[in-house]
Amino acid sequence: MIDKLEKIVSFFEKMDNQEKINYLIDYSERFKEVPESIASKPYPKENKVEYCESGVYVWIVINPDRTPKFYFHIENPHGVSAMALCSILDEGLEEAKLNDILNLDTEIVYKIFGHNLSMGKNLGLIGIIQMIQRQVKQLTADS
Amino acid sequence: MKKINERGYFNPDVLVTTDWVNENIDNKEIRIIESNEDPLLYSTGHIPGAVQIDWTNDLNHQVVRDYIGRDDFEKLMSKNGITNNITVIFYGDKSNWWASYAFWVFQLFGHTKAKLMDGGRLKWEKEGRKLTRDIPHYPETQYKSKPRNDSDYRAYREDVVAHIKHGLPLIDVRSPEEFSGKRLHMPDYPNEGALRGGHIPGAINIPWAKAINPEDGSFLDADQLNELYITENNLNENDELIAYCRIGERSSHSWFVLKYLLGFNNIKNYDGSWTEWGNSVGLPIQK
Repeated sequence: MIDKLEKIVSFFEKMDNQEKINYLIDYSERFKEVPESIASKPYPKENKVEYCESGVYVWIVINPDRTPKFYFHIENPHGVSAMALCSILDEGLEEAKLNDILNLDTEIVYKIFGHNLSMGKNLGLIGIIQMIQRQVKQLTADS
Repeated sequence: MKKINERGYFNPDVLVTTDWVNENIDNKEIRIIESNEDPLLYSTGHIPGAVQIDWTNDLNHQVVRDYIGRDDFEKLMSKNGITNNITVIFYGDKSNWWASYAFWVFQLFGHTKAKLMDGGRLKWEKEGRKLTRDIPHYPETQYKSKPRNDSDYRAYREDVVAHIKHGLPLIDVRSPEEFSGKRLHMPDYPNEGALRGGHIPGAINIPWAKAINPEDGSFLDADQLNELYITENNLNENDELIAYCRIGERSSHSWFVLKYLLGFNNIKNYDGSWTEWGNSVGLPIQK
């Protein structure tokens, strides 16, 4: 796993439910909207996460040192869980190697949010990770 | 916007406005309850004094696909300081989907002192009203529930089978794409486990969202709702009617509209909905 993300995930695994809620909200409040220099509306459909109730869009930019930088837009102003996960991924993947991202286990959604997620929410959040992986895959295939 | 009692509803007493809630925040005879799709949302800020009831963790049975039983309902109500005489006021995200769902589950236990806040959380926020992160603590009560009685409000799979055999009306409140079978799920939503696409034979499609004003989630006036359900779709308030969607939340919203705002006196919600029907061995579907 990716060191920085692993640290965040194991931090969440040790928390009780109320701590989890507090930290997830803290992360959701740190959510950064994609800047106009990266994408402008209307956002392309190919950047949209399929099956996510909150309407999440993902963009990837590769830094000169080949590490990725991810950007997000979330349509639903009430999509707190999606905002939290996007912030966690933004922080946790900032020094990651592209190949490691491809091997990222979507099980981290359970580790972060716990096992009492509804099926719909779980699928939507996993979809964000899968979209990141799809974009990385496409990028590595193109280069 | 018209006052609720000027909108022509059959039972205007089941709705309150955001203004009314704002004026009644300290009213000891009510308990404001937030029910959302995203359980984290309440913790980011809620109407002062509101408690949270979560559909997955509080209302659903944890090991059976069913609702909690009488004992757990009594515990839930007591824990939230609700007595049998307190009127519960539901509101939530997604234009009150989950608030309607919670309202509907409360009816299974006979807690009829219940109302929805028109427009839900979206309207409250758009009006710039106060939200707080303070979690209220109410003295625990000794709530006494009636035994859960599903028969007047809830349809089971076997009821739906009998219903279609008799040619009685069903309304599918999902999106047209789900109804036609083009999609297994709502556009932009996950597929929550349905193997087949389509609808229950004989159902008509009236998407839930047609009953609201999209800009603030509030309900349309009765004349507009009558036009939609009665004039355009030939339903009758005396019809024996069953509503369904994918898991029963959107159909709780339409159930509320038809039962309380238009006075349909024999409507049930099939909460098994498409995730049960679309997967069941031996049951027919229509595309």
